[in-house]
Amino acid sequence: MPESRFHERPALLQARGLAFARNEEPIFGPLDFALHAGEVVLMEGDNGAGKTTLLRVLAGLIAPSQGEIFLNGEPLTLARLSPQLALLSHQGGLKHDLTALENLRFAAGLHGQRRGLSPVSALAAVGLDGFGEVPVRQLSAGQKKRVALARVLLAPVGLWLLDEPYANLDRSGIELVNRLLERHAHEGGAALITSHGAYAYTSGTPRRIALRPDPAGTESQGDTIVENTR
Amino acid sequence: MRPGSTRAACLALLRRDLLLVWRRRGDTLTPLLFALIVVALFPLAIGAQMETLRPIAVGVVFVATLLAGLLALDSLFRGDYEDGSLEQLVVSPHPLALLLACKIAVHWLTTALPLIALSPLLGELLFLDPALRGLLPLALALTTPLLSLIGAVCVALTVGMQRSGMLLALLVLPLYVPVLIFGAGACNAAQMGLPYLAPLLWLAAGLVLALVLAPLACAAALRISTS
Amino acid sequence: MNTLTYWFHKLGSPPTFYRIATALQPWCYGVALVLGLIGLYGGLVVAPKDYQQGDAYRIIFVHVPCAWMGLFAYLFMAVNAFIALVWRIKLNEVLAMASAPVGAAFTFVTLVTGSLWGKPMWGTWWTWDARLTSELFLLFLYFGVIGLYNAIEDRRQAARAASFLALIGVVNLPIVHFSVNWWNTLHQGSTVRLFGPSRIDASMLWPLLLLAIATHLWFFGSVLARARGGLIELDAGKDWVRTLALAQSKPTASGVT
Repeated sequence: MPESRFHERPALLQARGLAFARNEEPIFGPLDFALHAGEVVLMEGDNGAGKTTLLRVLAGLIAPSQGEIFLNGEPLTLARLSPQLALLSHQGGLKHDLTALENLRFAAGLHGQRRGLSPVSALAAVGLDGFGEVPVRQLSAGQKKRVALARVLLAPVGLWLLDEPYANLDRSGIELVNRLLERHAHEGGAALITSHGAYAYTSGTPRRIALRPDPAGTESQGDTIVENTR
Repeated sequence: MRPGSTRAACLALLRRDLLLVWRRRGDTLTPLLFALIVVALFPLAIGAQMETLRPIAVGVVFVATLLAGLLALDSLFRGDYEDGSLEQLVVSPHPLALLLACKIAVHWLTTALPLIALSPLLGELLFLDPALRGLLPLALALTTPLLSLIGAVCVALTVGMQRSGMLLALLVLPLYVPVLIFGAGACNAAQMGLPYLAPLLWLAAGLVLALVLAPLACAAALRISTS
Repeated sequence: MNTLTYWFHKLGSPPTFYRIATALQPWCYGVALVLGLIGLYGGLVVAPKDYQQGDAYRIIFVHVPCAWMGLFAYLFMAVNAFIALVWRIKLNEVLAMASAPVGAAFTFVTLVTGSLWGKPMWGTWWTWDARLTSELFLLFLYFGVIGLYNAIEDRRQAARAASFLALIGVVNLPIVHFSVNWWNTLHQGSTVRLFGPSRIDASMLWPLLLLAIATHLWFFGSVLARARGGLIELDAGKDWVRTLALAQSKPTASGVT
């Protein structure tokens, strides 16, 4: 691993030969990469490249077909991962019948809350001040995304796995995501985000991993074709 | 960084699920109406005489409750699966079985408890033996939690599917057989003047067992079906 | 110990299993057929008439072995399901799912012969006898497993979910049997007594045992056949299937079959 020369500590999240197949149809991989604390990695790929599946594998929701994942150098289990993980999936995980604040209060109960943040202040941090009492059903798609981001922000965890965090967001929303990611990395957190390429993590110095839609199965993907802008 | 306690998580989940039911409180009436209609169909189908209805009253009320519960079962995880909150439960740092037990408890409180409360009325519609007026709700109170717990495991297995209704019935009903036999059997035995305590105790024992095992099985099933 | 795990691994690998299954399958079918015919001859022709039931009792020579197989197949499925869930072995998933339809078929035959037998005995096609009722719910359990397996798109996930249901069914089966027995005493239903209180005569026993062996072999033959199909489907992209397909298409291409 080339990273080991620069980082003494084991990577927060490391994948080796990671691959997933459904009904023997390869979805992604084999893939090698590492995610270190203080780092944001952008996973790029077209629709159907397996970004969402990869994220679900990394979140411990699906077992990979091949390869291993390590969390701080130890094999990944849901028990080790879950206290450190905030997951933003495609669906968002919000209850549409509840208000934004009620959703965040539940999230705080389930995952705990970050020191210095509360459901109210987290909502303000994503620019939804004053929308706390509005049922999520009445919010726009972009506003729903912001509430979901507030949930991620509120969780007292170091690892963010965000599936398409830029989708549905306006220009200021994209800037907001970038700002949140930058601050999270600055505070020693790490984030793996996916994007189909229309929006991008512009600020900071992201590492990129490209997922190709048609993995040949023989070549290794991931760090071999990472363009490190650092 | 302040990770939440498991107790706080369970309380938050209980509060959220109760709040959700409250926001859509009209929906809780559906199983009740269904049970009422099923019961009302019987006199129409076999005649409204007391001597034909009274012997089958217990059985019909039990089957109606069971079918209404089956109807309500589908909503146990569907909403959570569709909006992604089920995933959030799975990746939360708390024991999934415990969280699911909370969900099942709320589901039982909001679907089965009203049915138990309705059961005396259902019984009266079918000229239930007056001696069974107390026993029927008691037997239902022992059977319905079992039905919810066993049903939850099967719902967990079918959670990702589009049209799971018929399949769910196929999975659940064979598992319901012992519960139905003992629950309705206790009432029937009482009606015949036979001792009826043993089947109730069997149900209670089964309930204790299911309270411990069903949430664990439910969590395992959910991990399989969401992978 | 090491050789044991080695053989276990080797047997568990799809190509090896496929080869062995291909070799065993005709033997299972063949011996089952021969033993079955001898057993049927013994049961339907050689064995004497029952002094109470006349010729009607002869249906037990089909009914009883099938009833045993219905349970045996469930047990076989459950053991494979357990191994599949705990050690995630592909072969056991395939075997568990292969035995479900076969077991369901045996259970179905049991139910049909049981109700056929009821007609001359009680004049009705169906009696709510404890054993027949248990068999009925056993059939529903099989249908549940098969239905769940077919409803999930991902084959391996489907096999795991259905395996899990099969294991729940194992816990449930004795409870169903116990509760149905209790229910039967409550309702005083007529009970199907296969042999009555008297001991079975040796002239009836040997055909029964032969038929039991034959149904077991037939079961294994069809499970092997189904498992071969299942493995080919699962491993369609793998090299061993490709070589197999090439080897099979060659002789047909040159006109030799």
